[in-house]
Amino acid sequence: MDFLMLNSSGFPILSTLIFLPLAGALALLAIPGANAQRYWTLLVTGVTAAISLPLYSGFDASTAKYQFGEHIPWISSLDINYTLGIDGISLLLVLLTTLFMPLCVLGSWKYIETRVREFMICLLLMETSMLGVFMALDFVLFYILWEAMLIPMYLLIAVWGGPRKVYASIKFFLYTLAGSVLLLVAIIALYMSQGTFSIPALMGQSYSATFQLLVFLAFFLAFAIKVPMFPFHTWLPAAHVEAPTAGSVILASVLLKMGTYGFLRFCLPITPEATHVVLPYVQWLSVAGILYGGFTALAQQDMKKLIAYSSVGHMGFVTLGIFVLNQRGIEGAILQMINHGITTGALFFCVGMMYERTHSRELATAAGVGKFMPIYVTFLAFFSLSSLAFPGTNSFVGEFLILAGSFAENKILTAFAIPGAILAAAYMFRMVQRVIWGGTDNPEHKGLMDLNLREILTLAPLLVGVFWLGLAPEPVMNVMQASVANVLKQVGTASGGVVAVTSLMP
Amino acid sequence: MKIMLFAPEMTLLLGGLALFLLSIGKNTARLARPLALAVALATFGASLFSLRAEGFLFFDSYKIDLFSQVLKLILSGGLACVLLFGKELKDIAEEIRPEYYMFLCLSTLGLVMLVSSVELVTLFIALELSSYSLYLLVPMREERPGLRMQMESAIKYILFGVVATAVMLFGMSYLYGLTGTTYFAGLIPALRTMMDSPAALAGIAMVMGGFFFKLAVFPFHFWVPDVYQGASNETTAFISSVPKVAAVAMLIRIAAMATSEGHHLTSMLAIFAVLSMFYGNLVALVQTDIKRMLGFSGIAHAGYVLLGIVTLQEVGYATSLYYITGYLAMNVAGFLVICTVSQNGENLQISDLSGLHKRSPLMAFTLAVSMFALAGLPPFAGFMGKFMLLTGAYKAGYLPLVIIAAVNTAISIYYYLSVVRVTYAAGGDKTETINASASAKALSVGLVLLILALGLAPDMLMRLATDAVKSIL
Repeated sequence: MDFLMLNSSGFPILSTLIFLPLAGALALLAIPGANAQRYWTLLVTGVTAAISLPLYSGFDASTAKYQFGEHIPWISSLDINYTLGIDGISLLLVLLTTLFMPLCVLGSWKYIETRVREFMICLLLMETSMLGVFMALDFVLFYILWEAMLIPMYLLIAVWGGPRKVYASIKFFLYTLAGSVLLLVAIIALYMSQGTFSIPALMGQSYSATFQLLVFLAFFLAFAIKVPMFPFHTWLPAAHVEAPTAGSVILASVLLKMGTYGFLRFCLPITPEATHVVLPYVQWLSVAGILYGGFTALAQQDMKKLIAYSSVGHMGFVTLGIFVLNQRGIEGAILQMINHGITTGALFFCVGMMYERTHSRELATAAGVGKFMPIYVTFLAFFSLSSLAFPGTNSFVGEFLILAGSFAENKILTAFAIPGAILAAAYMFRMVQRVIWGGTDNPEHKGLMDLNLREILTLAPLLVGVFWLGLAPEPVMNVMQASVANVLKQVGTASGGVVAVTSLMP
Repeated sequence: MKIMLFAPEMTLLLGGLALFLLSIGKNTARLARPLALAVALATFGASLFSLRAEGFLFFDSYKIDLFSQVLKLILSGGLACVLLFGKELKDIAEEIRPEYYMFLCLSTLGLVMLVSSVELVTLFIALELSSYSLYLLVPMREERPGLRMQMESAIKYILFGVVATAVMLFGMSYLYGLTGTTYFAGLIPALRTMMDSPAALAGIAMVMGGFFFKLAVFPFHFWVPDVYQGASNETTAFISSVPKVAAVAMLIRIAAMATSEGHHLTSMLAIFAVLSMFYGNLVALVQTDIKRMLGFSGIAHAGYVLLGIVTLQEVGYATSLYYITGYLAMNVAGFLVICTVSQNGENLQISDLSGLHKRSPLMAFTLAVSMFALAGLPPFAGFMGKFMLLTGAYKAGYLPLVIIAAVNTAISIYYYLSVVRVTYAAGGDKTETINASASAKALSVGLVLLILALGLAPDMLMRLATDAVKSIL
């Protein structure tokens, strides 16, 4: 257990973070009145966020070990343990999750009017399972939380979603579940091979080439669907468009990150040789996703769809960064995971706010609201700039690192990826131009209210994030360096075995 | 104190007798349900009381051990659950209710005796006692205009059942002919030396056939859709869950005869498992009647359970027991909702459930938990059971089976999910709220908690199941 620094403070901070939202959800059952339920959920998510902050200050960035660890035997007959711990990579994603949840509550304050209690319970259950996924160091625990999250997300889309919610929710559920059943088989295979479910203990072991390739493919399918990588992305636009605003935000900001987190946490360190073998294929798939997402976004008339397809492109950058296998690329990818969470989450909030006012997400309807909603369009413009990676914003740093990392490995590949950034500028400027200045005077816009205080409070922290990470990303970069180096070390040591696996390929 | 060993059986027997007296009395029908419930709970208590008892009865043909007592606990628990469903049987004429409850108790008595039988003839008698009671329960349903489904399904059930019994009896004659004994104690050592002989294999396979019928393993499943549809909802709830537990237990007892030498036996079981999973899941996809859908999905679950028995190992057996117990809870929870929602005892189409969340949030939630659990989603019992079954099968070297089971899980999600979807959909022309009885409400909360507890803390039941299996090996 030398990989785990057990929590010595006596306060089980990770468990608290996981179970606080769950306890909050149970307590909601007893709270009457929609408003009280909203305030309660805000309180619970707020307290969870506050408790998560000491994780950052107490984190030792000089080591790649898993920190704040907790270890309790759970199902002894199968040697399944309740093991939690976070390294630099999961720390950032945990913070992203905890800090986003209060905003999701704020962002759905008045928009959700029916069955508020159930909605808030779903949000809190989502938080519990998402945090657990990023903290779990036992494969069974990980898988349980990974799958359990499907249920509240499914309900969020299926109950509070748009007109085609049934189709979208079932597609989301089936796609992601189909991917992860093979993940379960891979987990069992790993357990049989090493006799443990402990994730760190399974890293850096020697597995046969065929075994690695099969395990990698099972992992890959599950994670690629979650990311989603082109061509496994078809569930995403439907789910995004039909989900209620908070659902879209959670999907974009946190859920998609679970896929890329899976690549980093499992594929690279556990099946390094297989990673080297499939590397070129995955890199080109990523580039295909960047271009596909960009072009498709360019053609959208629906703002939500536009942002959904832009997600496919942005996540293509993230997977590209991961699979170039160098420090710059992976650091850029992790930063971009956070950035995409902030920016795309914010853009979905913006679309949701527009929808609440005009009951339409069409660019044509929104055209020209700038005159009447100056605060709104200011936010929208800044987030759009961030989304297209304008220098000074967060995404610029991330995309720059990814492209720099990728350039060092493969210049041709990078040459194909760079137009993705130009496409992003094209579709984002198109949207901003239409919304702010576009069209003639629409008489229906006269009565539109600009953002109220609650909505400003939802968006303002995200705007701070955009510029903070854009101008001074060091606080985020510092905590992940050791962990990224560790991942690279685990992938790199396998170079000797690459030849053996290569012989398997046609 | 030998009679104490027989306490659960005595309770059921006396309870049955009392119910019989009620059935000939006048104006006593309303006492039947409380009495039956008392009998079920007393049996549960008696099983719990004699959990650690051990001994032989009736010239050593009847063995009390941890294995049998654990199963008696589960079986009587299942009976109690079905009896707790509602205040009244909506679909069964008032005057025959005492008989209905009597046969329910007698069928359970047969099952309870079954799991203690360690001799072929005793086993046969116990099985038949249970089966014949069930055959009589199926047609006990009020006629609907232009429909005599219950008669048709009862006849199908009896005919298929009798054939299965005949096959089993035939297999028993092989075993007796080969070994010269009908006692398991003598059969097991004798059979282990002749596992490669076709006659022994055929004998074991045919005896298993009788239990495959009860468990509804493909190709012994023919009765399932019609009986599920034809019998009243409460009867189906019983048939679809409680006898299956006993069937799994007996399959384990028989498979235990063949430890380590049973290559052919495992191939046969593996083939049945694969066929059951695919057939059950694929046919369930297109069902519109929810009982039929659960019937076909039950065939698939029988396939999953066989994964544990295929391994011919202690852990595999224990997991199968764990899984079928979890299945009992999940399935009973599903049927509880069906029985509650079906106001007049009619068969429900899946579409009839639409908007259920408005009519009864608790029932909708219970149904959702039951469906998610049956589909094998964490954190419920179905996931943990499947996970352990897959782990065991992988360990025993059946990777293809593991992958097939995983793929089947993905297929099954679709139809389970569509039930949840319909339940929570906005539509539905029915708007009147559903008044579940207090016992049904309490039971649904209890079952949801049980399904969750089995999923999150499987260790306790697994330890009990492992100990139980150890006692028969």
